[in-house]
Amino acid sequence: MIRDLTCIVCPQGCSLKVEIEDGKILSVSGNTCPRGEKYAIAECTHPERCVTSTVKCDNGDVVSVKTDRAIPKEKIFECMEIINKQTVTLPISIGDVIIADVFGANVVATQNKN
Amino acid sequence: MADLVIIGGGPAGMSAAVSAYKKGIKDILILERDSSLGGILKQCIHNGFGLHKFKEELTGPEYAYKYEAQVKELNIPYKLNTMVLDITPDKVITATNEEEGIFQIKAKAIILAMGCRERSVGALNIAGTRPAGIFSAGTAQKFVNLEGYMPGKEVVILGSGDIGLIMARRMTLEGAKVKAVCELMPYSGGLARNIEQCLNDFDIPLKLSHTVVEIHGKQRLTGVTIAKVDENRRPIPETKEFIPCDTLLLSVGLIPENELSKTADVVLNPVTNGAFVDQDRQTNVEGIFACGNVLHVHDLVDFVSEEAEIAGESAADYINGVKEEKTDISLSTDGKIRYTVPSKITAKKDVKIYFRVADVFKNVKINVHSGDELVFSKKAIKVAPGEMECITLKKELLGNKSELKFSLEVL
Repeated sequence: MIRDLTCIVCPQGCSLKVEIEDGKILSVSGNTCPRGEKYAIAECTHPERCVTSTVKCDNGDVVSVKTDRAIPKEKIFECMEIINKQTVTLPISIGDVIIADVFGANVVATQNKN
Repeated sequence: MADLVIIGGGPAGMSAAVSAYKKGIKDILILERDSSLGGILKQCIHNGFGLHKFKEELTGPEYAYKYEAQVKELNIPYKLNTMVLDITPDKVITATNEEEGIFQIKAKAIILAMGCRERSVGALNIAGTRPAGIFSAGTAQKFVNLEGYMPGKEVVILGSGDIGLIMARRMTLEGAKVKAVCELMPYSGGLARNIEQCLNDFDIPLKLSHTVVEIHGKQRLTGVTIAKVDENRRPIPETKEFIPCDTLLLSVGLIPENELSKTADVVLNPVTNGAFVDQDRQTNVEGIFACGNVLHVHDLVDFVSEEAEIAGESAADYINGVKEEKTDISLSTDGKIRYTVPSKITAKKDVKIYFRVADVFKNVKINVHSGDELVFSKKAIKVAPGEMECITLKKELLGNKSELKFSLEVL
């Protein structure tokens, strides 16, 4: 089986072809860098995404956050539920851990807010 | 009086300021109309920024902060909440803010870095009513990401520009149902990766060659009628379909914000709606430079920063009296390539040329001719209007040329 993918690692968006047989990846083509191959293999075995969102602050503002690494794709909405339940106390700096260990990632602030 | 005044404190303005400072210009003033530096990046909380520039994947606010931190560390002066009203060709800037009222500054050089704005619903002539619930994608992005409000629950998006695609995902993550993204053209105006990770990941249908033909609802939007369009982009009546929704987001193009440039007699290119510039990003008005989305709309902020560095360094050279490079080669395009930035160049240094194409083409050669002589040629597997292309012309190729024509050869 050949699976066609669009690489999302960088803005170039290479068209990838992945040859799969019995759940095994035989080859990846169409990528112009090694990260494309890595993405293709991950996408066909355990797809992952980074999640970016906002978290409520105690003063009514919102602060932008991200998962500091990709989480399993099927957990995106559960991750959002956890993020939306959280409230943070200001001040907050870029990189502060807002929620630890969400499906293997930390949710960290991407913005400074006083 | 200031050596260098930069209009706009977004990624272009900050990057230009830092690079001018590093070239010895200390008397700089950034004028920003918003209440903080950072420009539009502040509301672009998604990631994917900085892969070229910093070799890491950053969110918009993180990318902006990399420059904001430098501006602050170098003590480069900036005024926030300050609106520039007028620039004269001899570089007198009139601006206003709450503390100082109206004031004037004479600058030795000016860098235009005002960015762009979104094309609005008024520009589209869609039939029907004008209820609440119609937003530009960027306005919706500001509501959700900066203010914490959701603009609606059931959404149709018109236009598949990157902001529209990003908002399709963002609204979905926050619990809205995005029913369709309609694109008038037979191809998307956004990056392939955004179609993949913003639409396909969430099974949001992308309807190419479709547009919104009617808006319904009295107080609040109750739905839109969409239709397929023919090859002349005219709606086909038999394909009309009603989609109930309470929100319509528009992602139908960006327009460089050049009202101020016009007051300074800067000549604009009707194709880009930005200034004509040379390789130093200097406009036709000596000492006035332009960079970032006010010059031409970029897809990637990394290239905005790169362009702003050129403008900042060139402005510094200009102020320091370094003799400018003579620009004696004019660039033209064949229509398949819509424009180039810069549009005239010198033969004295290597120059990177950025351009956009008019349609999606596969297996092409990008050719640069001087008369009948082929000066440069490069193959590309695919080019698309949504993705800016770039080539570097080596100075060795440019000696004794006076005109270069950029064309696309479909193989």
